[in-house]
Amino acid sequence: MNTSLILLLIMIVGFAAYLAGRSRAIATSNGKLSVLHSLPGYHGTYAAICAIIPAVIVLAVWAIAAPAYIDSGLRNALPETVLSQGAATAELALGQVKSVANGLNLLDDAELAALNNGSANLRDVLAAKGVPLAGEGEAYMIKSAAQFNQMTATSRVLMAVVVLLIAAAGAVFALRGISAPFRARNQVERVMLWTLMLASSIAILTTIGIVGSMLSEAIRFFNSVSPASFFFGTVWDPRFAAAGSEATQGQFGLLPLLAGTLYIAFVAMLFAVPIGLFAAIYMSEYARPAVRSIAKPLLEILAGIPTIVYGFFALVTVGPFLRDISAQMNGLITGNYVSFIQAQSVLTAGIVMGIMLIPFVSSLSDDIITQVPRALRDGSLGLGATRSETIKKVVLPAALPGIVGALLLTASRAVGETMIVVLAAGVAARMQLNPFEAMTTVTVKIVNQLTGDLEFNSPQTLVAFALGITLFCITLCLNIYALYIVRKYREQYE
Amino acid sequence: MNMMSEAAVEKALDQKMNAVPFKMIGKDVSVYYGEKRALFDVNLNVRENTVTALIGPSGCGKSTFLRTLNRMNDTIDNCRVTGKITLDEEDIYDPAIDVVELRARVGMVFQKPNPFPKSIYENVSYGPKIHGLARSKADFDQIVEQSLQKAGLWNEVKDRLHEPGTGLSGGQQQRLCIARAVAVSPEVILMDEPCSALDPIATAKVEELIHELRTNFTIVIVTHSMQQAARVSQRTAMFHLGNLVEENDTDKMFTNPDDQRTQDYIMGRFG
Repeated sequence: MNTSLILLLIMIVGFAAYLAGRSRAIATSNGKLSVLHSLPGYHGTYAAICAIIPAVIVLAVWAIAAPAYIDSGLRNALPETVLSQGAATAELALGQVKSVANGLNLLDDAELAALNNGSANLRDVLAAKGVPLAGEGEAYMIKSAAQFNQMTATSRVLMAVVVLLIAAAGAVFALRGISAPFRARNQVERVMLWTLMLASSIAILTTIGIVGSMLSEAIRFFNSVSPASFFFGTVWDPRFAAAGSEATQGQFGLLPLLAGTLYIAFVAMLFAVPIGLFAAIYMSEYARPAVRSIAKPLLEILAGIPTIVYGFFALVTVGPFLRDISAQMNGLITGNYVSFIQAQSVLTAGIVMGIMLIPFVSSLSDDIITQVPRALRDGSLGLGATRSETIKKVVLPAALPGIVGALLLTASRAVGETMIVVLAAGVAARMQLNPFEAMTTVTVKIVNQLTGDLEFNSPQTLVAFALGITLFCITLCLNIYALYIVRKYREQYE
Repeated sequence: MNMMSEAAVEKALDQKMNAVPFKMIGKDVSVYYGEKRALFDVNLNVRENTVTALIGPSGCGKSTFLRTLNRMNDTIDNCRVTGKITLDEEDIYDPAIDVVELRARVGMVFQKPNPFPKSIYENVSYGPKIHGLARSKADFDQIVEQSLQKAGLWNEVKDRLHEPGTGLSGGQQQRLCIARAVAVSPEVILMDEPCSALDPIATAKVEELIHELRTNFTIVIVTHSMQQAARVSQRTAMFHLGNLVEENDTDKMFTNPDDQRTQDYIMGRFG
């Protein structure tokens, strides 16, 4: 009996418990529903909860714990010769045993007998059934595999029986407890509360887990490269980790990457902030409802375009365009048709990222501007101020802290943006100020260091985690500061 | 003796009410919000240096009429105004009229105090700055002081002019808004239920202020309180269901109205 079937059965038990609970509650009330503390539906729901939740929890624990338990039993049963060769070999043997076990299920009795008396080759027989084996099988594997199959089957049957018994017991417990004064409604409410709390704590715990895993890898990196040379190094030259040549220790200077990241983000904000802000002002203050209802979703579609598409746009259109136009301009002025803007440059990446950020700036600022009370606008207009004076002198100053918060949130997106810069910014890690030349960012280097056939334990790969955690810290600080500002602003109006 | 003469002057003024010239004239004013008609051919005139109170049950169109007087309805998207309204015999809905200039001449105080989130000083100097009424810091200081004095707020805030206006109490905020409106030296001040968000003491202060402002400004006030209308106004107009029911001297309105509906409303039989 597999897990989904068991789940289905539990649900059926739960549903039956619901119906039984409801009718039992109705029966208890003797036709006068008002004597019940809770409506029959709540009694039914409570019975269903009692039937389903403990059973599902036991099912989940069993499904996770049983394979681990079986594995450890199997590992201990491996022959001494295998165990003595170290953990990796044992793990390999275990994997083979499981493949064999998989294959055994497909064989008929005659083939099994042939295997057991050694007249047939294990690998060939299994291969004929479509189960590939990594190496020549050994005799002990067939026995282990048979044992494994048996234990798994027993575990499954046992699990089904226990879980269904628990479901039934839960249902019976709840049904026996039904009485007029029983507060099923409050109990259901409590279960709802726990469910909601569980959902939010999963989100939070996942974040903590991600940070933890990044941190542990980053610490491994800092064991081989000193933090000082990482954070304050000005040269990025990781070198390849050539096999067997431990001496090729690269240089992992963060500063050129950080400079590129901040420079490109700055150029992007330079494009996105004025355009986005003006768009927001138009949307919130000037646009008629009909225009707004069309233009606003259109603007927000920009936010839905995957960033890799922006990357293509930069690579295929914007970059070459800038390169060609710069060549023309240079030619017209100096007579020398050499482009001074490279196709992959800070400017290209900045412009395209700026376009990507426009909807974020405009949408966030639009929300904040519309939050400014209408009374303030009326007050200003009533004094004979024009619309733009009202916006400049009253609405924007009132909304300014919120807008700054929105811009910080946008900036943290710009810093963390990956696909556009991978395609448009180039890979040269340099510290320079010319926006027409290529620079690279932290995210680009993370992608570079983690793609390709690299040994996972080398600092060349692990540096990606150190870069990741650095980037995470930067964006986290920006976000916290932005939220702090936005919250402070909210308190201004009552 | 002095008190007597003042009362006598006021009485004489009230009796001569019919001789007071019109500041604003509304002729066949109708207002539509989209398809819905909110005002039906209202003919109402506002006399100079007089407090005109607009009364009537909720939704009767009195606030709508008030807002047509300085074209604040223009800020509402689907609002349409027909008919003719003049200020000193100039049609304020004439395309040649500059709305911004009109609103400088016809100021407005709103139902809920709405000081800008700026300092008290900046709140008052906002209007003069926009309209270029002053150049030097000294001029601004003078306008701010005079306006706050006219609004009866000077003594309470003179030591904290640079603190935020939002930090004042509700009544003080409303008087700050009046000072803000006064600072642009308008000819007419419109007040949309200026005391509805205030406690009785603050209300009394604002009413006293309205009484004093009358010497310099023409005031139109929308109010839900009969007593307030009787206390502060010389003329009263009664609206019902978008129609002007009756317009009369306040004394007559509250003692011997011409229209049965006015009588009923004032007696509290509906509304």
